Amino acid sequence: MKNAVGREIPDFLLKDGKEVYQGKNYMDGKYLKKASPCTRRYEKPQESKIVSSIAEALCQVGAKSGMTFSFHHHLRNGDYVVNMVMKSAIEELGLDDITIAATSLGDAHDPIAEYIEQGKVVGIQTSGIRGKMGEVVSAGKLKTPAIIRSHGGRPRAIEAGEVHIDIAVVAAPTSDCVGNCRGIGGKSNCGSLGYAMTDAKYADHVIVVTDCLVDFPNMPASVEAIDVDAVVVVDSIGDPRKIASAAARISQNPRDLMMAENVAKVIASTPWFKEGFSFQTGVGGPSLAANLFLEKYMDERGIKMGWAIGGICGPMVELLKKGKVGKVIDVQDFDLDAVNSINQTPGHYEMSASQYANPANKGAFVNKLDFVVLAALEIDTGFNVNVLTGSDGVLRGAPGGHPDTAAGSKCCIIVTPLVRGRMATVCEHVVTVTTPGDCVDVLVTDYGIAVNPLRPDLIECLDNAGIPHVSIEELKEKAYSIVGRPDDLQWEDDVVAVLEARDGTILDVVRKIKPLSLND
Amino acid sequence: MIPRPKPERFRLRRTMMFMNAQKPGLIKDAYIYGVDSIMLDLEDAVAENQKDSARFSLYHALKTIDYGDTEVIVRINGLDTPHWQEDIRVCVAGGADGIRIAKCESAQDVKTVEEHVLAAEREFGVEEGRTLLMAALESPKGILNAYEICAASDRMFGVAISGGDFRKCMQTKFQPDGVDMLAARGQMLIAARAAGIQCFDTVFTDLDDMAGFETEVRQNKAMGFDGKSLINPKQIRLVHEIFAPTEKEVRQAEAMVSAFREASAAGIGVFTVNGKMVDIAFIPGAERTLKLAKACGMYEGDLV
Amino acid sequence: MVINHSATAGTLESSDALITVEPGEGGIALDVTSSVMNQYGRQIKATVLETLGRLDVTDAKVTVVDKGALDCTLKARVECAVFRSCDKSASDIPWGGVIQ
Repeated sequence: MKNAVGREIPDFLLKDGKEVYQGKNYMDGKYLKKASPCTRRYEKPQESKIVSSIAEALCQVGAKSGMTFSFHHHLRNGDYVVNMVMKSAIEELGLDDITIAATSLGDAHDPIAEYIEQGKVVGIQTSGIRGKMGEVVSAGKLKTPAIIRSHGGRPRAIEAGEVHIDIAVVAAPTSDCVGNCRGIGGKSNCGSLGYAMTDAKYADHVIVVTDCLVDFPNMPASVEAIDVDAVVVVDSIGDPRKIASAAARISQNPRDLMMAENVAKVIASTPWFKEGFSFQTGVGGPSLAANLFLEKYMDERGIKMGWAIGGICGPMVELLKKGKVGKVIDVQDFDLDAVNSINQTPGHYEMSASQYANPANKGAFVNKLDFVVLAALEIDTGFNVNVLTGSDGVLRGAPGGHPDTAAGSKCCIIVTPLVRGRMATVCEHVVTVTTPGDCVDVLVTDYGIAVNPLRPDLIECLDNAGIPHVSIEELKEKAYSIVGRPDDLQWEDDVVAVLEARDGTILDVVRKIKPLSLND
Repeated sequence: MIPRPKPERFRLRRTMMFMNAQKPGLIKDAYIYGVDSIMLDLEDAVAENQKDSARFSLYHALKTIDYGDTEVIVRINGLDTPHWQEDIRVCVAGGADGIRIAKCESAQDVKTVEEHVLAAEREFGVEEGRTLLMAALESPKGILNAYEICAASDRMFGVAISGGDFRKCMQTKFQPDGVDMLAARGQMLIAARAAGIQCFDTVFTDLDDMAGFETEVRQNKAMGFDGKSLINPKQIRLVHEIFAPTEKEVRQAEAMVSAFREASAAGIGVFTVNGKMVDIAFIPGAERTLKLAKACGMYEGDLV
Repeated sequence: MVINHSATAGTLESSDALITVEPGEGGIALDVTSSVMNQYGRQIKATVLETLGRLDVTDAKVTVVDKGALDCTLKARVECAVFRSCDKSASDIPWGGVIQ
């Protein structure tokens, strides 16, 4: 069945009430019956929940084959915990038929690819998938199609009971002996623990893995002891150098800066750029650099930003400290400046994934957002964005908060170079739709700006400000004139991943790629 | 194949950006930054054993890439190398707008290059005289011979000083106030103006010292340079800002040119603008200001 | 042109390609690997064969390691490798003749 972004969704996926994507805000006003976990009572006073090993913790919570394990990605590419826990579950306890439901997965989790090939890990639910795992899933080695959700779609699915977490694992930079966890104060600090919060509330069992045990009570706790079954102390939960970089530097690449300046120009041309506006930006080169130019316009107009959300890094903290933004609300931190600032700098707060982006709750931050600046691997002439699959059809990306912020914000700006090497970023049809075109408003490239025809109000803003813009078709033609028109990718029938829209409908599927052989 | 229009000998050249002709990722779209001229380099940026390869890259870049209104100049290897003759052939065959003669020291150097350019134009069926020339002065001898070099050919549109080599010859180093090259810049400017061609300053190599760069560009503008050679796109904007005329200059120039057009239509030679007497001698300068203003987005009229 | 000895041109940098030509064993043996194989593999092959054809190379082993080079770069690298293999790359190149 074809959905609202023109993608053919196979019928076998449309069961148990699953629908195809129908357009933005389709689920608005509908009711949701929240799922509740089945949790163990700990009435008898406990001195400590510390157990000696991950295996012991798993045994204590009754880990079995066929269970779903949840993880969060605040330790980013420095994470050791997913691999440690899976190794223990599969190699020590001999479990199989495992589903990993992670907020995101990356290159750090290459060893999991082996468990997929062995058939021990049979399901993956995540926002991001990269590296070897992306390759084996793309090659059809996972028994069931991977389910890809946005950061807001995941807490929605958990709350709706579409994902039932048997065991949630919290990788905690600090914990006390009963499981009050924080993202700071240890040796592997990550700042916010926002993505772990929903998991801990909705899982049957919660295991905390930490490498820094601190005195009780570890306050204010991001994940609270009231939800935790066991605490394991290990030597190291991650590589600090890869958890948070020293400081996210604003790009000096002239191409990035040129695009970033145009992003700021577009923002400054709209009616929402006024005292107290709200803003989110990605940490990619041109997205982050937009901060720099935006500050200039804020100074010129004598206005301040009311609040900023998202994954946070140094340049935004800098603005907060300078008093140019009122509050920063943070679901994840990308560099040490942000890690060291959360809950320390006045106005810098932590939030959960649900509070950040869940479309089914009653007041996610993204819904109050004026502007979001985002990157793209590909964007097509329908303004549909792909941030999941490479243009070769292999899984190597993450929707993250992209679809949530795009849908919630008043003005969503995509910034990307027109071509990367020989890949046309602006193309006729994206490989996979991860953010539907009806949520995307403006495209800024190094070759020009295009505005979604669905937004005549924005077209007028740009015209009034004298900002030149062209049609997205022109940009696509320019891209193809540089790199040549690519051949269509060849696919097998097998679905290797299902891309859920944030509201739970099916936005797209990724099939198994048929690699090109020149000897045919 | 992208046909390029016949190059204009005198056009706006505030910024000329060097790019290694051997680097495909760089040269494919150097024009997007809004530079006036790009300078594809076959000389210092290309290793001795890659000169051949760079020419093949250059040829296809010139033939394939649509540089639009951006001027495309090629810096060829010095006349003391085995490379310059083939460099000239590929520039002319590819249809470059102009050639920059490295290490030029005499009018004879210009004439030698011109002969080979003419021969190449005939060999490749390119309109004779199409390919423009500019000279880079890199030695005391070049500076002393600046006027004869500037006046050596009708193809010459400009002259530039190359600071690195020149400072070495003079046994000096970069000075923030420019005193190290003050005399040379002055002499070259005088020669260029006397010969009626344009004059460009050398590159500023410390990309992190934007304040030092700004000081130098302001001095360039004050001394009367037409533009500056650059090594990075991030330097472009500042040069364009500093070389832009003031709002007042633009309005004055607009008033002068339009008053002149009206007066000459009525057969009047001398007239007044805002109370000041103006004659035809002011008009080329005013027109230059308007052209500059148009390029800077400050003037949208149709007088130029 | 006849490939006298093995020669290479290009680099493994992004947007470039490394081309190696060697004397053949009768006919053209072409090996292509590319970072954009699924979308551009056919076009890369076609461009390389067309360029070899223009240069009248009929007997060669040609290896292409492509890192997302545009067609104009591929052509330039193939031509340079072939001219180098005959020691004719330094001067008197037939610009606009077989090079186009």
